[in-house]
Amino acid sequence: MERNPMRRQLASLRKSLFDQGYLDEQFMELEQLQDDANPNFVEEVVTLYYRDSARLILNLDHALERRPLDFSKLDGLMHQFKGSSSSIGAKKVKAESTLFREYCKSGNAEGCMRTFQQLKKEYATLRKKLETYFQLARQIGPMESANRPK
Amino acid sequence: MEVAGEVLASESQLHVLAVDDSHVDRKVIEKLLKISSCKVTTVESGARALQFLGLDEEKGSLGFNGLKVNLIMTDYSMPGMTGYELLKKIKRSSAFREIPVVIMSSENILTRIDSCLEEGAEEFLVKPVKLSDVKRVMNDCIMRGETEGNKRRRVDKRKFEDDNHASSSSSSSIPSSPSSPLPSSPSTAATSSPLHSLKRAKLRDHN
Repeated sequence: MERNPMRRQLASLRKSLFDQGYLDEQFMELEQLQDDANPNFVEEVVTLYYRDSARLILNLDHALERRPLDFSKLDGLMHQFKGSSSSIGAKKVKAESTLFREYCKSGNAEGCMRTFQQLKKEYATLRKKLETYFQLARQIGPMESANRPK
Repeated sequence: MEVAGEVLASESQLHVLAVDDSHVDRKVIEKLLKISSCKVTTVESGARALQFLGLDEEKGSLGFNGLKVNLIMTDYSMPGMTGYELLKKIKRSSAFREIPVVIMSSENILTRIDSCLEEGAEEFLVKPVKLSDVKRVMNDCIMRGETEGNKRRRVDKRKFEDDNHASSSSSSSIPSSPSSPLPSSPSTAATSSPLHSLKRAKLRDHN
């Protein structure tokens, strides 16, 4: 299997994630921290993010089923989700979390619910794209994906 | 991962205690610090941080594994004890108040920044924390270590400058402390380091 076409594909995939606004510069910050000693650092962080996110999304789903809505609790949960999304550079997900929190602050139940559905969609899309990305990166091998030009 | 023997041998490295309830953030800050040649211990809460320091009320003030902590970096918003509460406990302890404390927060709220600096935080970093932030904190920390006497003078100088900035704060959201800087003029803040951080924190507001 040729490495060059795969490397080009990886670079192209990576570029589209940024161009289409799925990721922001914080993801690049994480890439800078990856090295030969820790060639899968970014993927490890993102995997932790999936785990935390799964838990938070479940808790948010449950909290959104209660009547009346506890906006303070919802805001607290989303604050955590926003934080970790921000830490990995998940730009669109972060934007939806910000919007959700604004609806919490204004006590807008419908806004919260609508935004949460959108957030889950964005999260699912991002996750799928990142999984593809890391799968390809692993196929290419640690040497080539770790030493990324700045 | 390190055994006590190895730990004693590497006294020249800065040992940082990082406190954050987010697993993702703990992993990232640990990496940032290791890349900056620090030894790192991460804990998930203020309570655990105090236990690690040996500041448990029951146990007395001896560090529980004897390893000196040179810097504490803590998240602000944590369940249970906030980073602010942790900061206060550390600054009010005779054994540990000299340890610089850096607060990290995703929320760039002026009154929050002000309270933390007032309580003795070295810096207030807006999350997500970058490598350049950590490197700067390290540099400040090393400089501090070499000039402990200057630090005391700088703290007094800061209090003096804050008192001069104090005035008619008409906003009700400002805490009762008389030395809060005015919210409308962060860009005219003095050049002493904590106010620099305040200005930088404002500039980095990217919600």
